[in-house]
Amino acid sequence: MINWNIILSIAKTHLVTKLRQTLVATLGVTFGIGSYITLVSFMTGLNAMLDDLILNQTPHIHIYNEIEPSKDQPVSIYDDFASHLNFVRSIKPKISQKKIHNALPIIDYLEKDKDVLGALPQVVTQIFYIAGSIELGGNLTGINPLEESKYFNLEDYIIEGSAETLENTDNGIILGIGIAKKMALNVGDRIQISPISGDFFPLKIVGFYQSGISDLDAIQSFTNISTVQRILGEANNYITDINVKLKDLEKALPMSQLIEQQFGLKAVDIKTANAQFDTGTDIRNLITYAVSITLLIVAGFGIYNILNMLIYEKMNDIAILKATGFSGKDVQLIFMSQAMIIGILGGLLGLLIGFGLASFIGTIPFETEALPTVDTYPIHLQPSYFIIGFSFAMVSTFLAGYLPSRKAKKIDPVTIIRGQ
Amino acid sequence: MDIVLEAKHIDKYFKKPVKFQVLKDINFQIKTGEFTSIMGKSGCGKSTLLYILSTMDTNYTGELYLQNQLITGKDATHLSYLRNKHIGFVFQFHYLLSEFTVLENVMLPAKKLAEKSVVDIKQTAQNKLKMLNIEHLALKKASQISGGEKQRVAIARALINNPSIIMGDEPTGNLDSHNAENVFSIFKQLSEEQGLSLLIVTHDEDFAKKTDRILLMEDGKML
Ligand SMILES: Nc1ncnc2c1ncn2[C@@H]1O[C@H](COP(=O)(O)OP(=O)(O)O)[C@@H](O)[C@H]1O
Ligand SMILES: [Mg+2]
Repeated sequence: MINWNIILSIAKTHLVTKLRQTLVATLGVTFGIGSYITLVSFMTGLNAMLDDLILNQTPHIHIYNEIEPSKDQPVSIYDDFASHLNFVRSIKPKISQKKIHNALPIIDYLEKDKDVLGALPQVVTQIFYIAGSIELGGNLTGINPLEESKYFNLEDYIIEGSAETLENTDNGIILGIGIAKKMALNVGDRIQISPISGDFFPLKIVGFYQSGISDLDAIQSFTNISTVQRILGEANNYITDINVKLKDLEKALPMSQLIEQQFGLKAVDIKTANAQFDTGTDIRNLITYAVSITLLIVAGFGIYNILNMLIYEKMNDIAILKATGFSGKDVQLIFMSQAMIIGILGGLLGLLIGFGLASFIGTIPFETEALPTVDTYPIHLQPSYFIIGFSFAMVSTFLAGYLPSRKAKKIDPVTIIRGQ
Repeated sequence: MDIVLEAKHIDKYFKKPVKFQVLKDINFQIKTGEFTSIMGKSGCGKSTLLYILSTMDTNYTGELYLQNQLITGKDATHLSYLRNKHIGFVFQFHYLLSEFTVLENVMLPAKKLAEKSVVDIKQTAQNKLKMLNIEHLALKKASQISGGEKQRVAIARALINNPSIIMGDEPTGNLDSHNAENVFSIFKQLSEEQGLSLLIVTHDEDFAKKTDRILLMEDGKML
């Protein structure tokens, strides 16, 4: 039978009389856990921010018409040459239009799918921005502003004006901030747009767009679909891209494959398009855990050392306890309890300090032009980090306490008593 | 009369640095209430024998009985229990937990045994301290009292669970004559008034002569 009262009271007395060592060991754990919480919440905050930066405005499936050379050349379908080795040099793509054939029925079809939140048409075209004598190349995308805001957070990236004003303004344009700077334009000014085919269309600037990716902001502008269709002289069924938002991101890959097969269009899912972001996230996580585990191992060695020292100093006590009827297991539990008390106190304190530090970082202003949606350092606090952090503390102190306490268990009282 | 402790054919060897037989066929009995002393030259094996009798050393051959129960070969946890309940041990050096108070030191074996409530244990411990005239030290740290006082605290601790036998390995060896006298009279008193069984190793011939029986040892043998 284990008498915890007495074991804990002996453990407590040892810890209290060796207060300085106890504090050093405890603070070691505190430091490890505190850094883990701070690091992990900061790193995941950063991950989430970077993911948002790209993934939030990226469609889960992007459907368009890829201009590419046909995989099957006529010669390979011709039976008479089947047994020959055929070379076709300099294959060029067949001139094909960017327009998605039957785009509107496809959108209808997609929107009926239960996995789809929204399927938004876009008209993407290359144009020149002309203001006075300056002429800049760029992209003009025709959109449904309100829908884009709803599904792809467009509103977050409009730093002046709003999606609604664009929706309500005929011949309005939301200009990329880079273009506006270069051309010294303000909201309310007019800008001339010229499609590749020539002609000039004056559009009214109703807002500025800033994605945070400056290369993009230097070329990209938005207007209503109907405006682009008019500029291009196309009918209102002229759609070049369809962006799909799904309920479940994981379904993007299978669904994109299905769409490719079914409609003979190019359909790229978000994961394929942004594979490098997962890699970045993985590496940041790896760094977080590597640093935290290193800190905890250092803290663990601290506990191990201090307990070893304590056991060495307490040889006499151990011999007395054993001589008066305490079993080896009792003695082991006394020293194990000391390790665990250090772990629990240090761990809890570490959680508190980590929480405090992370919350504090979360209030530090972090304003950068590149990230219009962010104004303090990103912090992502989650209960699971505290559970993991505390488990970390328990496991490392258990391991650090186990070996010394086993040594204490095995100490032969006779050897100690003789040694006096 | 009942037999409290019996040793049969106890042999013990030390293998290091060279193999030699430290105890040679030890046989004896201690009856209940008997005050026995062991005498012998230094190095003849008295301490070694006492460690075996107190169940702390299990590395021997032969048989050991405590109240007619064979305890040789019992597992370590059970031996700890027997030591806790039935054997009180007083060392030559006053082995106390220096960071605990006198009272806590005395209470510790009883708390381990856990047969009584803490309140009862405290009461018993205070009675023992009073009996040994050291009740005024109860709340002092064990490290802050004198050698003679420490030895009396150790005796109080040995008595706390009302053991079947008290063993002492030269318990007065480290005390001045006044304190030695005092400790001896305590043992004598315990033996006479409470019928306690005692087995005490000593160098002091005067001490030994006043006990019920003297066991003489020489070169690992009981004479
Ligand atoms: N751990 C040990 N290893 C080897 N020899 C030992 C050990 N402990 C004691 N001895 C030897 O055993 C003999 C008996 O020792 P001990 O029982 O302490 O004698 P006593 O208590 O009668 O003075 C001595 O010769 C001593 O040197
Ligand atoms: Mg000796």
